[in-house]
Order: sequence, then C-alpha cells, then structure tokens
Amino acid sequence: MRMRGTILTLLLLLAGLPAHAEQPLLADLTSHLIAITTGFTGTSVVLFGATDGPGDIIAIVRGPERDVVVRQKRHLAGIWVNVPNVAFAAVPSFYAVFSNRSLDQIAPAGMQALHQIGMRNLRLEARGSKRPAPEIATYRAALLDEEQREGMYSEQAGSVSFLGDRLFRATIAFPANVPTGTYFVEVLLVRNGNVISGQTTPLVVSEIGLSADLNEFAQAYALAYGLIAVVIAAALGWLASLPFRDA
Amino acid sequence: MGILDIYLPIAGLSLDVIGLLILGTAIGFLSGVFGVGGGFLLTPLLIFIGVPPAVAVASSANQLVGASVSGALAHWRRGNLDVLMGVLMLLGGLAGSGFGVWLFALWRRQGLVEMVISLSYAALLSTLGALMLVESTLSWVRRRRRGASRRKLHQHNWLHGLPLKLRFRRSKLYISALLPIFLGAVVGVLSAVMGVGGGFVMVPAMIYLLGMPTSMVPGTSLFQIIFVTATVTVLQAVANNTVDVVLAMVLLVGGVIGAQFGTRWGAKLRGEELRALLALIVLGVAAKLIFDLTVKPDNLFSIAPIEP
Repeated sequence: MRMRGTILTLLLLLAGLPAHAEQPLLADLTSHLIAITTGFTGTSVVLFGATDGPGDIIAIVRGPERDVVVRQKRHLAGIWVNVPNVAFAAVPSFYAVFSNRSLDQIAPAGMQALHQIGMRNLRLEARGSKRPAPEIATYRAALLDEEQREGMYSEQAGSVSFLGDRLFRATIAFPANVPTGTYFVEVLLVRNGNVISGQTTPLVVSEIGLSADLNEFAQAYALAYGLIAVVIAAALGWLASLPFRDA
Repeated sequence: MGILDIYLPIAGLSLDVIGLLILGTAIGFLSGVFGVGGGFLLTPLLIFIGVPPAVAVASSANQLVGASVSGALAHWRRGNLDVLMGVLMLLGGLAGSGFGVWLFALWRRQGLVEMVISLSYAALLSTLGALMLVESTLSWVRRRRRGASRRKLHQHNWLHGLPLKLRFRRSKLYISALLPIFLGAVVGVLSAVMGVGGGFVMVPAMIYLLGMPTSMVPGTSLFQIIFVTATVTVLQAVANNTVDVVLAMVLLVGGVIGAQFGTRWGAKLRGEELRALLALIVLGVAAKLIFDLTVKPDNLFSIAPIEP
C-alpha cells in the first residue's frame, strides 16, 4: 500500500512537469536493488514514467549475459543421453519485453529488428559451431523455449498501462530463481512506428545474507571451504557419538 | 514450499528443513540397523527431491565424513581396527577418488554427469537389491529348515599368489599389499562419482576376498571411508564447487541420531525380513531411476551455462 502511495505521488509530480519538458521520455524504477535473502520467493519492481505526449512504450529488461550451451537428448541404447550441443555467446540470463500493445502494432518488423526489440530479434551468436544454419536455428529456438519455460524470458503485450496520455507504469516480476548481477531496463518511446526517445536504467540483483556469503566463500576459497566442510562434519560426528559412549 | 524452508546456498534452492531432517534420520536409522553407510540411498533420494545430481553426490560425501566418524569411534574404542590394512586401502582410495573427481568434472563439462550418476545408480541398486533379496530369502528358507551346513569363510585362490606379500597382524593374514590398494582404489572411484562410502562393496570384499575376521571389518572399512570421503569432499569443492555444507549438515544431524537408534534397534529386530524390506526399498529406487532414464523426456533440449 505504501509503495503504491509513493508511486502515485511520483506520478503526480511527473504530471505536474511542463508538457514540453526537455526530455520526451522520463522513466524510473521503484527500486534499483533486489536483495535475495534466505526466504526469497520472487519479487516485483514497478517501472513508471511520463512522456511528452501520446505514444507507445516498450520496456526491455535484460539480465547479465553469460555463455550458454544448449544440449539435445537423443535416444541411445534405450536411454536418453545428451549428445549434440551448440554453444551460444553472451546470452542474457533474463529478457523481458513489456509494451502497452503488441509489438507488431507498435512498430514495423524492420524497426523492431533495428532496435533489437523482442525475442526473435535477440542477437544470439553460435560459438564456433560448424553446423548448418537451419540446425543452429533449431537450437536457438530451443534456447528461447527453455528460457520462457523457466520464466526468464517473456514478451508481455499490454503490460504497460497508461494513465491518461502521458503517464505510464508496468510491473516487472522476477521469479524466485532470478539470476544475480546487473540488469538494464531500456525504455523506448515509439510514435508512428519510430523510436523517438530511449532511456536506460540499471537494476542490481544481488544475494545478501549468510547464504550469499557462504556461496561467495565457496567460490573464492574452494580449498578452505572444502577443508572446513570436512572438519565440521567430523566434529559433528564425534559430538554425536559422545552421549552413546558408554552404551 | 514446506513449513520451515531452508535455503541451500550451493544447490541454489529452498527445501523444507523438517523434511531433510526426517530424510537424514531415516537413512541414518537404516545405516544403523544394517551397518551400511546409507550413501547409496541418500544420493538418489536427494536427486528425487530436486537437488542437482552433482550437488547431491558431493554433499553426500561430505555428510558421510561425519556419519562415518560417529560410527567408527564406537568400533575403535573396542580396538577393532587394522591400521596397516586401513592405510593401504586408503592409499588406493586417494588415487581412486582423485581419478573419480577428474572423471566427474569431465562428464560435467560434457553435460553427461546426470546421466552417468543415474545410470551407475540404476546398475548398482538393481544388482544390490536383487542380491539382498535372494540372500535374505535363502537365509529365511535355511532358517526354516534348520541345520544347513555353513559355508567356508576363507578360501585359497589365485589372489593369494600375488606379489608384495605383507603380514597383517591384527587380521591374522599374510596377503599381497596390492589387494587392499586395489580394493581401496575401486571404492575411491565409486565414492567420487556416486557420493557413497562404498561400505556395501568393501565389507563383503574384505570378508570374502581378503578373508579378514568379521570383527575387524567395520572399524577398518570406516577408517578408509572417513579419509576417502573427506578427500572427495575437498576435491569436489575445489574442482566442481558442488559441496553444499548446509545440506550436508542438516542431513548429518538427522543421520547421526538415526544411526544411534538404528544400531540399538538392529540388535532386536529379525534379520531376514528387514533385509528383504531394505532390498525392496533399494529395488524401488532403482526402478524409479531406470524409469526416468528410459521414458521420453517432455523436453529434449536443456540449457546450461558454460563455466569460464
């Protein structure tokens, strides 16, 4: 409730700005930090802003990029085995497109491709694979399917709502297993199929608390972590045997 | 989502802490009753509840360190430890576990590790379950008839012709040092790849292959298991980052309590029926693994990040 009140106040403030402000588009997030704690079950952040007049809004949320391998299972000797694979470089770990109506209604395909709007225009480079293009396309499609199934990729037409002609808002939901790192939220103002203005805002997703520290320690000091794990286990085992010593 | 969720930092998921404690206690109880480590049931059950197979294997090894210490101390206090035998098996075990962790990392890069774990468990558990079922049925039949002749425990065969013979005073044996080293190495590989202590392979091998006196077997095998699972834990932590300390400790707390009660109960309960029951559990787990391997997956494609 309190958050909603804040947004409303901010929107009202934005609405009070002169109609022809210097920037045709102004947008921000209710929060620039998502803290993943022990009991994290997903969260959402509200994107809100104002335009200098009627137009369409497209917001693209991109998670940190990493290289990914897509594997296909084949039926071999009665069991399903991962055999062929294609690696893709710099794949965003999260990709969501928000818009007030469907992308094709907002802009022609060429314009969408130019600005890399939507999953089909996502640039995914197959890394050092000599497979024919149609086969790589199959793997690319599988990658997009799988990311959508996991809730990491989405295109949500109609998710940006307008309050009058100029004020807009959208709720960006993140699942419980959202990858950590720096995200970028790119907001585009489109008028008559042309991108008029754009603005990019960062968003940081990070793990905090004991479990995050533990994970970090396990990565950075793997040997010490392994040794400590052994010592704790052995000590617990010894402790547990004490009460039963005389039996 | 359970009543009291605990976040497992390495596995990257939340599980119900009460459920994990019950799982640990149940496995500990079984291991107390039957004198086995229980790793061979723990790892597949963890996989069934959603823990990534690689994390399940490495964390089980970590859990086994504690469970084995707890069990070994009881045996050592009674002096049932052949140090020379244990050290030789350990030498083999270190080599085997190093090789096993290397294999594990290789399979992981190739995206095969989950399949290899499931497949080796399916093979192991179906063999083990079948053997136990046959054995318990036979001994039940034998007990009904009463008075069947006992089998000879220790037989001489080609294994006794191997070189590098050593005298094992505690075990009253004169055998080749290569035997315990080889046995240790086999168990070391199993430990790294499957997250098991290997007691279920080692104990029969020590009794029937090496001919050790039964009283010396558990203490000596646990001695080797402690050090091999400890090595596997450290190697897995370094090579694969798959040891989840939180998961291992929760399971261990349940496990050591369960084991102590299991040991007590084991003395009172009837052997054959219990062994048959365990055999059925083992076969059930094997059947589920085989089913998962052979049924066509909903989704033929999978994605995984490439580690730099």
